[in-house]
Amino acid sequence: MSSIRERAHNFLSVLRHCQHLGMQIEQADEQGLIIKLPYSDKIVGNPVTGLIHGGAITTLMDTCCGISTVCYLPTFEICPTLDLRIDYMRPAEPGKPIFGFAECYRVTPTIIFTRGVAYQEDREQPIAHVVGTFMRMGKAAGQAELGGKVDGGKV
Amino acid sequence: MSLNELEVQQVVASSHQSGDYSPLVKLIPYASMIGMHVTRLGDEAVFHLPKSEDNIGNPVLPALHGGVIAGFMEQSAMLHLMIFMNSAVFPKIIDFSVDYLRAGLYRDTYATCQVWRQGRRVGNVAITAWQTRSKEPIATARAHFKLD
Repeated sequence: MSSIRERAHNFLSVLRHCQHLGMQIEQADEQGLIIKLPYSDKIVGNPVTGLIHGGAITTLMDTCCGISTVCYLPTFEICPTLDLRIDYMRPAEPGKPIFGFAECYRVTPTIIFTRGVAYQEDREQPIAHVVGTFMRMGKAAGQAELGGKVDGGKV
Repeated sequence: MSLNELEVQQVVASSHQSGDYSPLVKLIPYASMIGMHVTRLGDEAVFHLPKSEDNIGNPVLPALHGGVIAGFMEQSAMLHLMIFMNSAVFPKIIDFSVDYLRAGLYRDTYATCQVWRQGRRVGNVAITAWQTRSKEPIATARAHFKLD
């Protein structure tokens, strides 16, 4: 079995839209997961101010909360998002990357509750707070290929 | 980003006049990146996200990334507010909550918005996204925007 960091990396590597945005794993262990979203002109939501679009931050945080399940689950399970809520604390500073941190704070046989923050310089001064709920589908048939890629093989 | 507010206002004003919002969408890099369109139908608007490989999340199903679906819905709500408020400023997102009801498959996606409350400072918008039938949404969301 590969490490949490490898599994998180493998998971992120198969998500095409995340590759399109250039997302990278910064840190992954039992305590949670950090993903970096680099600043780029194509994810700007406000052409006057250069602020990153909320959708890109939602994508970062949905991905981060979703992949944080590998910090807790010993083997890959497909866990679709049930719901996700984002509260924006302050605008992100244009030109700088955004980091997403997420952790699973409660895991039941059917549901995983995650929470996290999006931040730039300081995790104590978040841009956004996030909570997301995910459903555990078990090792669903048809997703074995994905599970193999995440848990084992090099992607 | 070198656009100033005046240029944006001109594009918004001419979009309002012609009813063609593609120049406005083109101004917003994120909206252009995901490839969304707006169709104005009388006093209503339908938002359209054509299927695109770059928007895929789960490669096995394949399915659109949930974040793209949410981003599309958020952008739809923003544009909806701008279109129907005749506004030239970009509403600022305060919070956003999305419920995923079905897998968003690798297909065209549509969204419509309902403004439940529009005050002077804050607007509340509900967004519904679907693929095959409007009565079978793939996701519903609500958002608050700061309007001033």
